[in-house]
Amino acid sequence: MSLHDLSASEIARRVKAKEVTAREVAVSFLERAKRLDKSLKAFLSFSDDAALRQAEAVDLFVSAGKDPGPLAGVPIAVKDNMCVTGTRTTCASKILENFTANYDATVIAQLRSAGAVFLGKTNLDEFAMGSSTENSAFFTTRNPWDLSRIPGGSSGGSAVAVAARLAPLALGSDTGGSIRQPAALCGVVGLKPTYGRVSRFGLVAFASSLDQIGPFATNVSDAALLLQSIAGHDPKDSTSANIPVPNYSAALGRGVKGLRIGLPKEYFIEGMDPQVEKSVRQAVATLESLGAIVSEVSLPHTDAGLSVYYVIAPSEASANLARFDGVRYGHRSPRAENLLQQYEFSRDEGFGPEVKRRIMLGTYALSSGYYDAYYLKAQKVRTLIKRDFDRAFESVDVIATPTAPTAAFKAGEKSDDPLQMYLSDVFTISCNLAGLPGISLPCGFTSGSAKKLCLRPPTLSRKRPHGGECPRPRRAFDPAGKGGFGGRGGDGTRRSLVDQGQEFAGPSGVDFSERPFGERGNDGDGRAPRSGRRNGVAVQNFGTPFGCGIPVDARRKTRAENGALVSDGSGGPYRGMGPGRSIG
Amino acid sequence: MSLTEKDVTYVARLARLALTEAERFKYLGQLERILDHIKILSKYDTQNIPATTHVIPLSNVWREDVAVPFLDTPSILANAPDREEVYFKVKKVIE
Repeated sequence: MSLHDLSASEIARRVKAKEVTAREVAVSFLERAKRLDKSLKAFLSFSDDAALRQAEAVDLFVSAGKDPGPLAGVPIAVKDNMCVTGTRTTCASKILENFTANYDATVIAQLRSAGAVFLGKTNLDEFAMGSSTENSAFFTTRNPWDLSRIPGGSSGGSAVAVAARLAPLALGSDTGGSIRQPAALCGVVGLKPTYGRVSRFGLVAFASSLDQIGPFATNVSDAALLLQSIAGHDPKDSTSANIPVPNYSAALGRGVKGLRIGLPKEYFIEGMDPQVEKSVRQAVATLESLGAIVSEVSLPHTDAGLSVYYVIAPSEASANLARFDGVRYGHRSPRAENLLQQYEFSRDEGFGPEVKRRIMLGTYALSSGYYDAYYLKAQKVRTLIKRDFDRAFESVDVIATPTAPTAAFKAGEKSDDPLQMYLSDVFTISCNLAGLPGISLPCGFTSGSAKKLCLRPPTLSRKRPHGGECPRPRRAFDPAGKGGFGGRGGDGTRRSLVDQGQEFAGPSGVDFSERPFGERGNDGDGRAPRSGRRNGVAVQNFGTPFGCGIPVDARRKTRAENGALVSDGSGGPYRGMGPGRSIG
Repeated sequence: MSLTEKDVTYVARLARLALTEAERFKYLGQLERILDHIKILSKYDTQNIPATTHVIPLSNVWREDVAVPFLDTPSILANAPDREEVYFKVKKVIE
């Protein structure tokens, strides 16, 4: 089994056990990433030298008998809007094209001390504004399942890096769905933590009341591992929550029996891809069959979410991006003859169309005479949206919705119509507006693309509004949980996939065998899938049709099968997901 | 609330963006459409609803006023588009 098939936790275990060196791991991932990135274009830059130095430092620790940390030697791809000392941090913008970070973002410093190795910086929509990576000033990243399609955005590069196993883990940022939507479209796990849970120091600000950094992983247990390393209070970010961080990994692996899942009727709308709806409903049915209690809930202000977001986010962006003036860093126009021109020309030349559009929109909404009608109004409706969730969480523990209304769309399909593109975020933005955590989990494929189910744990319990990702261990739900996507070592199922010639475990890469139901006795229903999971049968239900190896590599082989595919939902993934709980 | 080209020019100046004629025209149309969509907000009665500026209850965050070293001057100046000695260099502000 090759290294890139391993889960992050398994890589760390092997590095610590001296079964493989961190250097070997880094070399292997760098080689693979560079080879496949020619067609995927997930990375804006690689940091080979720094990565190898980090890896060697980890190896030194190990050989000295010291513990290099929970992510010992684990390669991580970082969205290029976070500062990593000595690497370019461009935000996929020309205005920062030549900016080299001279300090570490807090998350980066935390990951360094956890033993992680940074492979490089991943592509995004410029300043994280977009849903497809088409707004990158440099190039568009390709969906590994179908290169003619976009990977989603804005953290598209990070999603692709993980989906194509160019890195076992990646960091993204989520302002309106920028982790969850690309995770959905690429078939990986993507988690947006509770607002305030992860420090944003060193993250280039987009919309300060919404931004949050979070993990991409191939399974939830790896996502928990990564979140554990980056969560916590940071005095350098005055919005970070000073609340103890629970042990996410320990909270995984509990059953769903008795878990109350709410399905908001407003999220199953006309215009939604019927295949997406079918898969999501199938997944929920599977959870129900495992003992979860499903009921309908209502989030009546759902239809206002998009409008609230597209007032608040651009308004905050217009203020945050005022700092790009061509004085201390970033692009400076050579045409300018005075200081005002230096500002105006530098910004006009440096920002791309979507960024300018949002700066214009935000400036307008904040301008004298319009502030009350737009910004203040949006903030008030935001309160109504938040109250919707508070009310819903009185009767349910989590809310399950589709992550996006459609699967991955073709490059160019929506890029001429900003409003259509904005609609890709319609199901994800309310989490940001309400400050809630949200996780996107694979639940099948449409013909050719992955789609997802998004579960929103109510980490904001009434008593502890922002108490963390699992304030009530018994209730907080990690939909994917340990038994679900990945399980502990996470390599069990993958091995079986590889055995079947499927070296890519991405969307189907769930580890059913590693941690069968029952350890907690929550599957007292004794459903047949149990043994199926163990022997990989459940995986085949949805994994085989794709037959996908590394998506890129396998494409030619599997294309013909793609049409037939479609996961059909079969609920496969969800059988595994059941027992999970709580990274929320 | 229909936008005019004058509005767009005014907002572009506030935002310090030197838009071309073509850009102004393009944004006029696009912003109108987006603002039209946003109109949906007016259907909600928010008369007695407080504004949410932040989802976590934040008041001032206090700390001791202790100086800590951050970065050395050369590493900060390394990203400057133009500099002289240890200063950022810009166009003359006052004639």
